[in-house]
Amino acid sequence: MALSEQEVLAGLAEIVAEETGIDTADVQLDKSFTDDLDIDSLSMMTIVTLAEEKFDVRIPDEEVKNLVSVGDAVNYITTAQA
Amino acid sequence: MTVIRTTTGPRFARLRGLGVFRGELLVPNEDIIGPIDSSDEWIRKMTGIATRVRAKPDTSVIDMAEAASRQALENAGIDADEIDAVILSTITFPHITPGGAPVVADRLGIDAAAFDISAACAGYCYGIGQADSLVRSGQARNVLVVGAEKMSEFIDPADRSISYLLGDAAGAVVVGPSETPAIGPTVWGSDGAGAHLVRQTASWFEYRDNPDTPFPTLYQEGPSVYKWASFKMAPVALEAIEAAGVTPADIQAFIPHQANMRIIDQMVKQIGLPDHVAIARDIVDSGNTSAASIPLATERMLRDGEVKSGDLALQIGFGAGLVYAAQVVVLP
Repeated sequence: MALSEQEVLAGLAEIVAEETGIDTADVQLDKSFTDDLDIDSLSMMTIVTLAEEKFDVRIPDEEVKNLVSVGDAVNYITTAQA
Repeated sequence: MTVIRTTTGPRFARLRGLGVFRGELLVPNEDIIGPIDSSDEWIRKMTGIATRVRAKPDTSVIDMAEAASRQALENAGIDADEIDAVILSTITFPHITPGGAPVVADRLGIDAAAFDISAACAGYCYGIGQADSLVRSGQARNVLVVGAEKMSEFIDPADRSISYLLGDAAGAVVVGPSETPAIGPTVWGSDGAGAHLVRQTASWFEYRDNPDTPFPTLYQEGPSVYKWASFKMAPVALEAIEAAGVTPADIQAFIPHQANMRIIDQMVKQIGLPDHVAIARDIVDSGNTSAASIPLATERMLRDGEVKSGDLALQIGFGAGLVYAAQVVVLP
């Protein structure tokens, strides 16, 4: 069953916290991965890969540049799951 | 029916002696950050590299291959006429033909079979796999495997994708017969769908036919390569361990291609290597030397006492193609 937006956000926040040490509470929909969370391109790929595994979705490499904010990623995953 | 004869060889092969040549120039990050508008801090954070070795302008890839090979022969304690095949892995020998291997062989006084392989950063492990088979089949008594690259001839100082990682070096090893198993099965493969991820910026024809095309250099889609190497290579490494009939706990050293420290760290995590396993991190000082990086890192670990002759090492090469190869070896 597809997860809700809040469930995807919570799961994604756990991944971000695991990879970067950022507090899960700071991983909010309006936060930019690079500008706000200071996540570099390689860490972003790790987060994407772990998200693919966790949510059983595929996120093509060429899509990653479009995932600017946490909300973009949550939307992509939520849509891909549907 | 007439039956032909075939060769039969020893049951096992091993690495008999290792040799390396590092580019004579130690190039710190400060010397290359200008054209890429970067910083020492950024390069260290993204790659782990502090310096890379680069060859002098008049030192060729053949010169480096020869130097490493002479050392390997000496350390193996064998003469040139005991070598029955020379395998040179390189992507930077600047001739379509002839190959570089016959030239290296000739310099060493070897007139045996000699050929190049193009497997980029996986080339050394490809060569070890081939040499192991040649020895065990009886086709060759000893095989000289050389990984040699003068990457600095194919870089663009303003390229932010790969050029700043690259170094020049050669590593060589003699593979010969063994009384005990010392080279595990090679687990290898390719993924040509990712051929564009590490590539030459233009073909030689494009360069020839379009005056606006700059001299071709190397380029990579860094994040995609990171993802492939970090997450797709861990299962390959585990397969090589399993194929050798051992477990991660039996391994003393992990010697991956020195592509990027972030890849190395992620692979260690994904493979789940125990804490006692020594991890090759020669990239900090030598940079990414493609086919030479695994023998270079091996030599460094032996010299520093991190590992010793007889230890079990898991080595894995991966790179442009995309291609990969891994095997467990007993260190020489």
